[in-house]
Amino acid sequence: MQPHEFPQIEQQLVPVFERYGREANKLLQILREVQEIFHFIPAAAITCIAAHLDVPRTRVEGVAGFYSFLSLKSAGEYRILFSDNITDQMQGNPELMRYFCHKLWLEPGKVSEDNLLSVDSTSCTGMCDQGPAALVNGWPLTNLDHARLDLIAELIRDRKPVCDWPPMLFEVKDNIRRAGTLLGESCIPGAALRATLERGSAATLAEMEASGLRGRGGAGFSVARKWSMCRASAGEQHYIVCNADEGEPGTFKDRVLLHSYADLVCEGMTVGARIIGASKGFLYLRGEYRYLLHQLEQVLAQRRAAGLLGRNILGESGFDFDIEIHLGAGAYICGEESALIESLEGKRGRPRNRPPFPVTHGYLDQPTVVDNVETLACAARIAAQGGAWFAAMGTAQSSGSKILSIAGDCARPGIYEYPFGIALQEILDDCGAEDPYAVQVSGPSGILVSAQEFNRRICFEDLPTAGALTVFRRGRDLLQVVQNSAHFFAHESCGFCTPCRVGTQLQKKIVDKIANDHGTVSDLEELKQLGHVMQTMSHCGLGHTAANPVLDLLQKFPDAYQHKLKKLAFEPAFDLDGALETARNITGRDDAWAHLP
Amino acid sequence: MSEQRKIRLATCSLAGCFGCHMSLLDIDEKLFDLLKIIEFDRTPFTDIKHCGPCDIGIVEGGVSNAENVHVLKEFRRNCKVLVAIGACAITGGVPALRNNIDLWDCFQEVYLYEGGLEGNQIPNDPELPLPFDKVYPVYEVVKVDYFLPGCPPSADTIWKFLTDLIEGREPKLDSAMLRYD
Repeated sequence: MQPHEFPQIEQQLVPVFERYGREANKLLQILREVQEIFHFIPAAAITCIAAHLDVPRTRVEGVAGFYSFLSLKSAGEYRILFSDNITDQMQGNPELMRYFCHKLWLEPGKVSEDNLLSVDSTSCTGMCDQGPAALVNGWPLTNLDHARLDLIAELIRDRKPVCDWPPMLFEVKDNIRRAGTLLGESCIPGAALRATLERGSAATLAEMEASGLRGRGGAGFSVARKWSMCRASAGEQHYIVCNADEGEPGTFKDRVLLHSYADLVCEGMTVGARIIGASKGFLYLRGEYRYLLHQLEQVLAQRRAAGLLGRNILGESGFDFDIEIHLGAGAYICGEESALIESLEGKRGRPRNRPPFPVTHGYLDQPTVVDNVETLACAARIAAQGGAWFAAMGTAQSSGSKILSIAGDCARPGIYEYPFGIALQEILDDCGAEDPYAVQVSGPSGILVSAQEFNRRICFEDLPTAGALTVFRRGRDLLQVVQNSAHFFAHESCGFCTPCRVGTQLQKKIVDKIANDHGTVSDLEELKQLGHVMQTMSHCGLGHTAANPVLDLLQKFPDAYQHKLKKLAFEPAFDLDGALETARNITGRDDAWAHLP
Repeated sequence: MSEQRKIRLATCSLAGCFGCHMSLLDIDEKLFDLLKIIEFDRTPFTDIKHCGPCDIGIVEGGVSNAENVHVLKEFRRNCKVLVAIGACAITGGVPALRNNIDLWDCFQEVYLYEGGLEGNQIPNDPELPLPFDKVYPVYEVVKVDYFLPGCPPSADTIWKFLTDLIEGREPKLDSAMLRYD
């Protein structure tokens, strides 16, 4: 694209720069807005942003190139991204995508000749209980079928703006199937804050300690310890961040919490802010949940009006706190807390070296607490109702309840809240799992559980989970499930460290090789060694866990791959004779030397 | 010692530039030491055309055509230990730059367009090796036992690797030998 194609670009963008105070920290937010205006990031915009933010052009391009939802090439006025999570695949998304492309004469990944639209796939959009799903210009489409795609094709042909499309296409349901104390009991906005102010910060921190609350994002670190370490760290400013970058395929509980329990989450953030001494908080909202932005802004505005955010909260002089929403742009890695902080600072989402940990050196190198959405909702409840009440639920090491997002082969997919310690079998019975054969607990980075292990319990002592639970019935091709995970990690690796960047690619190639009937016993050995290198040598959790699905498959489900293996000790990775076909056609040769056995 | 059977070594270059072979020659006077313990089978130095039973086979270059596969499979059949040497053998390297270009476009550019070869036709002689759609790394075609990275690996690296292997040790290269900046 030449700059002269957008002669007005500077005038168009200056108001955006002004709104963000020309801060380099807001680079990602600015790029998101540019993407929404032009449907891609023109080269002229990059030059313009670099000049106005006073940063090198390479930095702007580096950030723009990192995030999946920012496109450096024109992607058409309408960009449709089909979710390629395994549940969407099982619900028929690949066939729907082919149908749609065929109907509109499109090729996946390429823009139509009239520059009207493009179709591609994207990582899990968090609509597993109401898929197959897709995004159109960032807005979620649910329950796709042929009829809906026909309608969408018509809307695009008529060039109807996405905001004027029928709302039923965008309907997102909560599907809460089982509510416990967190989801079932109503909360009065301000109750937890009033209790915190009455009790005092130190006493509330003691309640957190007594509650035994552990982080719900997967790692399970003690919340009281994290908060007290941050509280004790010296810094000019303290920050609290709500991690709503729910990227683990199969997880969608935070979407429901943000949609229907946003007040509780904000309240938890404010309680945390009071305890650690923060006056500023961020809610890092994953790009896929951009549709929740307006509603969340309204919740924040209501809370400001009610004196629950802003200056002198609840009349307490000096208790100033406000929340700013930061939108992600399609990067799984930003769920890792230090990558999330980098992203908040308007950079590529690359995990930092730890230590130092965010509690001492986080956002802008200041003491920062990063907590999962569900953790903050729990914290609000604990502040209101006390630590002992919370600790009475669950198991010794895992107090309270856990919200699970259940999808896959079951009659009633959706949100289920259970006290910790619940057996997997009981959950499978509740959700109406049909002849379950395997369950992926906590997404691809978690554990693939076989039927022999269905008596295991959901808790940090046994089966820890960040919330995803995907059910596979007997007869499902588990190799395809693992292949999907391998492709996911290869796509989402941030590229910073070699074991993960190269390891995830090699893993993908070998799993594909086995799935394409070229695998041998030596490939299995290769996968095991590769998995070991990735687990032990990677820079962050993504690389540490990226081999989990493959290693679980090898160990627990030999039936899923053994019939695919060739008997030989080695098989080429590709069809040797097939790879000569192009040259045979070009030269017209068909002699013996033009073939390979 | 002198009565002991010599280690038999074969080398070849597929889609490579012979740079790795040049680096092997770069061990200079140590070649005399090497020749006390090894003897060459097929190599560009001996001009032997086919590989016989060997202890070690060293392959330079990626796999870009049908003939490369025949050579490579002959090496694999005959060599107890097969080593992929250099960037091209390990990843496809420089020749694999053509992987982003359609093969038909390559042929047209070389044989049909003006400034190309005379005659304006695409050669189809069976004696010419038929190219693959892409250039492949060696390990995708046969099992490879060792990878010796570098473009090319330095003479010292090759010497250390070979002496380790010949003396029956697991080859170990320190980080300086694997560093290229």
